[in-house]
Amino acid sequence: MKRTLKSLFSFLAVFAVVFSIGTEAMAAKKSKTLKNTIKKDTVRCGVSQGLPGFSNADASNNWTGVDVDVCRAVAAAVLGDANKVTFYPLSAKERFTALTSGEIDILSRNTTWTLSRDADIGLTFVGVNFYDGQGFMVRKDSGITSTSQFKSGISACTNIGTTTELNMRDFFNSKGISYEPVAFEKADEVVAAYDAGRCDTYTTDKSGLAAQRTKMKDPDAHIVLPETISKEPLGPVVRQGDNVWEDIVRWSLNVMIEAEEYGITSSNASSMKSSENPAIKRLVGSEGELGAALGLGNDWSYNIITQVGNYGESYKRNIADPGILPNRGPNQLWTKGGLLYVPPAR
Amino acid sequence: MDIKNTTKSLIGTFEGNKKLKRFLPQFITVVAIVFIFGFFAFNASVNMDNRGIDFGLRFLGEESSFDIQFSLIEYSGSSSYARAYLVGLLNTILVASIGIFFATIIGVVVGISRLSSNYLIYKVSEWYIEIFRNIPLLLQLFFWYFAVLRLLPLPQNSEILLGFSYLTIKGWYVPAFIWNNLNIFLYSVIAVIISIIFVRNYARKLQENQGKQLPVLAISLSLLIILPLLSFLIGGVTLSFDHPELIQLSDTIYGFRGGVSIPPELMALAAALSLYTATFIAECVRAGIMGVGKGQKEAAGSLGLTPGQTLKLVVMPQALRIIIPPTTNQYLNLTKNSSLAAAIAYPDLVLVFAGTAMMQTGRAIEIVSITMLTYLSLSISISIFMNWYNKKIAIKEK
Repeated sequence: MKRTLKSLFSFLAVFAVVFSIGTEAMAAKKSKTLKNTIKKDTVRCGVSQGLPGFSNADASNNWTGVDVDVCRAVAAAVLGDANKVTFYPLSAKERFTALTSGEIDILSRNTTWTLSRDADIGLTFVGVNFYDGQGFMVRKDSGITSTSQFKSGISACTNIGTTTELNMRDFFNSKGISYEPVAFEKADEVVAAYDAGRCDTYTTDKSGLAAQRTKMKDPDAHIVLPETISKEPLGPVVRQGDNVWEDIVRWSLNVMIEAEEYGITSSNASSMKSSENPAIKRLVGSEGELGAALGLGNDWSYNIITQVGNYGESYKRNIADPGILPNRGPNQLWTKGGLLYVPPAR
Repeated sequence: MDIKNTTKSLIGTFEGNKKLKRFLPQFITVVAIVFIFGFFAFNASVNMDNRGIDFGLRFLGEESSFDIQFSLIEYSGSSSYARAYLVGLLNTILVASIGIFFATIIGVVVGISRLSSNYLIYKVSEWYIEIFRNIPLLLQLFFWYFAVLRLLPLPQNSEILLGFSYLTIKGWYVPAFIWNNLNIFLYSVIAVIISIIFVRNYARKLQENQGKQLPVLAISLSLLIILPLLSFLIGGVTLSFDHPELIQLSDTIYGFRGGVSIPPELMALAAALSLYTATFIAECVRAGIMGVGKGQKEAAGSLGLTPGQTLKLVVMPQALRIIIPPTTNQYLNLTKNSSLAAAIAYPDLVLVFAGTAMMQTGRAIEIVSITMLTYLSLSISISIFMNWYNKKIAIKEK
């Protein structure tokens, strides 16, 4: 009897092992990145070295921001826990190499989607989580209220390794203004040099200007000029060639936006499970098999909404409430006159 | 034929053949190195293929489309990446040369003062050395850049400096030279150099053969003044200055038009590099001087040489043998440390090429390899030059 029991147990054990390997292999069969993420039990996410509202660490190394929330959403979808993210702070210069070399699996670092980046360097952009544009900041007492008042001889501080450097040249050249570009490797030094008076203007994405302004000695002494000189759609990036992983990241972001569209929030998601609307029921996982199509559990989107919240909650928490950009501008839902329009999750 | 014999004879040939014995380990090493590098190259190319990245240097010909703050040659955003590389390289060479020049002067002065019998002088040198060599260079760089930047006035508040230039937070504005018939002036300078070398050789021969001394310094100086002056008076050379002129850009923003601006980034970097490296050179100089036997100085004194002559003719020639090799290291360090420029926006090779250009093209492997090769060549050139100089000044045993 004992022997039979023992052999039964060992059979069960072997079966359990084979079964678990089987399901894991099924889920991750198409994606090396997904398989590695599940094995390491953490999402490896490249973020900035500190940009309030987008990706910023506090004293106890807790990362917050809308870019951070994209990675948290992927962790919630894949691993069921939004906190299972390892953050890699990267400079603008390092970011793409870190991604293509496999050091990170998602780059969510206020990165502009351009043709050459998408096509050239082994990257794939999966969507837009913030519509931005390049602007200029000047000292209020300079009397400048518009870029049309810029004159030849002006000096402009900025970061190296970004589209900013290229846009700046296009802008000044098209206006026939000669200027002195002063380009630093890190944003902190750009702000310090501008604050010290080395440059007359500081140029980068407007969201970045608004965020950095809060870090200055006297934020009220500076204004961001109204003109926007470029389109800067910022979004998460993945390595080229892993389509399943690309889909997971894309739809993790899309779910956050769609959840806002249907009014699903982190607090009401569980009660929405019994909603009448099939679109809502699909988003909270009480109808359909959307998770399986991505190789994930069916509660993937529910986890995103309950643990990270919808896009509007993320924006309010990270950007509006700290006073960076209280007005959502183009980052409003298409139904409310903004640009956020994502394909339906069905 | 039995195996034992064959092996024996093989071992025999190996042991007997000294050429083979010497050659084989080297051959194996070369094969191993080639294999290792081949493996890396193969691995990189496979992985780049998998990720859809191609390899090539064609991007160097493409338009760079970014501007550079400070350039020694003509450059604009419509120039190629290769040109941007050249701009970065020249800026690196410029700051390294300035750094080496000042580090050497400060180093020699401080090194000699360190051995002074004057309490104040040697204490000051000692403190300078201990403070500056023990603070990380990057911190010193930030100190010079941000502390000094905050001390400098805005353009509209700047006082005229030395009668012709303005030192402001945006840079040091000096008049630009506008030459007429510059080539004639350059010929006169070349003529001066040649004649000074000739005078020096003649003076040495005179000293060796007849024991007479020529006032070489006075002759050289007067040549240096007279010949270029003649080029102005007779050769039709004219020089005028384009003075920087304060202009208003808005209510509180001012700038300068005309003249040449030396950016504060260059000044801060050159200051940090030379003050840091000078401490190490000073210690090399001190070691070199202390390495010369005391008897040498005493003997020179007993022959009636003045202290200045003793230092110049007896101590220094012997000390230099000890000073040059470690000082070469410091020159190399300074050149490589100049890559910290990226932290304070000085457009050197790393900032322009391994920074912006790498970012815009995404060609990390190509650009990092080129940058590494460039620094390697720079360092090797300095080494070769210093080794040549070291050989030249070495005491020739007769």
